[in-house]
Amino acid sequence: MVSPLTPVLTKRWTEPRSWTIETYERTDGYTALRKALTAHPDQLIQQCKDSGLRGRGGAGFPTGMKWGFIPQGDGKPHYLVINADEGEPGTCKDIPLMMADPHSLIEGVIITSYAIRANFAAIYVRGEVLHCIRRLNAAVKEAYAKGYLGKDILGSGFDLDVVIHAGAGAYICGEETALLDSLEGKRGQPRLKPPFPATAGLYAAPTVVNNVETIASVPFIVNGGADWFREMGRERSPGPKIFSLSGHVTNPGQYEAPMGTTLRELLDMAGGMKDGIPIKFWTPGGSSTPLFTAEHLDVPLDFEGCAEAGSMLGTTALQIFNETVSVPWAVMKWTEFYKHESCGKCTPCREGTYWLVQILQRMVRGEGTAGDIDTLLDVCDNILGRSFCALGDGAVSPITSGIKYFKDEFLALCDQNSKALAGASA
Amino acid sequence: MTQTFDQTFDKDIAEKAQAIIARYPQSRSALLPMLHLVQSVQGYVSQDGIRFCAAQLDLSEAEVSAVATFYTMYKRRPCGEHLVSVCTNTLCAALGGDAIYATLKDHLKVGHEETAGEPGEPGSITLEHAECLAACDLGPVLQVNYEFYDNQTPEKALELVKALQEGEKPAPTRGAPLTDFKQAELQLAGFFEGRDADLDGPSAAEETLRGATIAAERGWTAPSTPDNAEFPPLPEKK
Repeated sequence: MVSPLTPVLTKRWTEPRSWTIETYERTDGYTALRKALTAHPDQLIQQCKDSGLRGRGGAGFPTGMKWGFIPQGDGKPHYLVINADEGEPGTCKDIPLMMADPHSLIEGVIITSYAIRANFAAIYVRGEVLHCIRRLNAAVKEAYAKGYLGKDILGSGFDLDVVIHAGAGAYICGEETALLDSLEGKRGQPRLKPPFPATAGLYAAPTVVNNVETIASVPFIVNGGADWFREMGRERSPGPKIFSLSGHVTNPGQYEAPMGTTLRELLDMAGGMKDGIPIKFWTPGGSSTPLFTAEHLDVPLDFEGCAEAGSMLGTTALQIFNETVSVPWAVMKWTEFYKHESCGKCTPCREGTYWLVQILQRMVRGEGTAGDIDTLLDVCDNILGRSFCALGDGAVSPITSGIKYFKDEFLALCDQNSKALAGASA
Repeated sequence: MTQTFDQTFDKDIAEKAQAIIARYPQSRSALLPMLHLVQSVQGYVSQDGIRFCAAQLDLSEAEVSAVATFYTMYKRRPCGEHLVSVCTNTLCAALGGDAIYATLKDHLKVGHEETAGEPGEPGSITLEHAECLAACDLGPVLQVNYEFYDNQTPEKALELVKALQEGEKPAPTRGAPLTDFKQAELQLAGFFEGRDADLDGPSAAEETLRGATIAAERGWTAPSTPDNAEFPPLPEKK
């Protein structure tokens, strides 16, 4: 029987001066790297496939398979790029990980680069998290000084350079191809796929782009093995996962539990709803994942469980709202966010989010009309699946799910207006 | 190209720009950090700053401008000594972020990306509302020069901003001792020399550690790892 909480990635965080290489090495740090360098790179890729590790950045793509897509013996340089541009509303797991335990990410980067035969890796961190960037830079410096980075790492003949790259405030750069353009010094706008980064990524060379939590898991898999990793979680979504509880809960924070844990179980550990006010709606994995309600407390929070219940696991960013919060207001705020962050490349997303905001703001002001709900859904229908990247798809999630579960609240806003209009004409 | 651009961007800054270029396989990747470097000099990205980057990277001014105007963190007007960013995304807003922003707006008598006081002068403050800052378990949050001030209220935020205006530098909840916007931008460009002590401070906020702490208290652990987990056999080439 696996414990309700399974600290793996979060275990070291409670150590004093957890971010230093002294603490890291004292707590088994860099033992996985030594072990990995004794293996053939293809064995590491196979082990990652066997573990069933799936990407922790939201999409859940099998990590080992992604590594396996990199063509070998192609004579081109290969690159590893870490997506540390954490910005999906509600998501707050990677920043604390890098702040408390930057070396676990760096060790994962070295092992992964060795596996995919990359000699240059970049960690693209959003710019607004200066302290995190400081600690990552210091950790890289420490790793070079100890011979874990640079030329001929630990006498293996393997070379790797790592650069910490600070972004400049653009949510869209969390999309992997926009991130690559941004890392190339351009506007962060998504590319049309295919070609996928595995064949034409950074500088048009084969590139793996992985999330922070994904890569920080790699040293543990190397040391513990694929079977150990699979002891946690569920068959198709194995492993531990950092669940980020925020909002109207008694004890918000980071809870690392097996995949498939439910919000009811997590809320119980987090001391329940704040002040006992009942839950109204929540996001399973950030604002781009369709809303859940009190009816979904027992949905297993893994990739399959969330999909079967009509949403997505996303980044396991559990934003929890109680009965005091208006759904149309929350949806309007999120839509303002998507409108601001739409990069402008694709018309449906750029224009659609602009009009969605206008309509929602009008409704929240109490000036909605009976046709507004239909218009909203119609605009959403014209955005979903019609742009290069998933930003537009994410933008419609709160609206369509909000209307699906709380249509009465939207109707009430129109109703108020029609009553006022009736009063005015009388 | 290592020429000194002009008086504003002296030899030291040009050398730093070249050091940024040296980090990357291809020079243009240096543009984002270089724009942070430009802001560390002037407190914003001026037309001169754009020319400087263009010259360093052998790009056209239009190419650099296109990038500088795309990203929120590059400011087109001079910033105050401090940049105060209040998260007003949905979750922080519901917890009080909107009220915090309204309070600061009233107090400073400025709007989004406007500066109270003479930009660059001591006590001057640029205010902005920010999108999700990835600290939702600590919300509502605000940042000063990208350092976190967690679990804010309108009262606490107002007190903080008044202290900043009077030249004080209240310590962030997580992060290094507060400096100013320009020095923060220098670090974002990747220059940390002589600032080793900045690394100190808590490993993490209490909230960050909640799960790990509860697990330790209750004796909950991940399954124990085998002593010597073996690698799978080398896959056969197809």
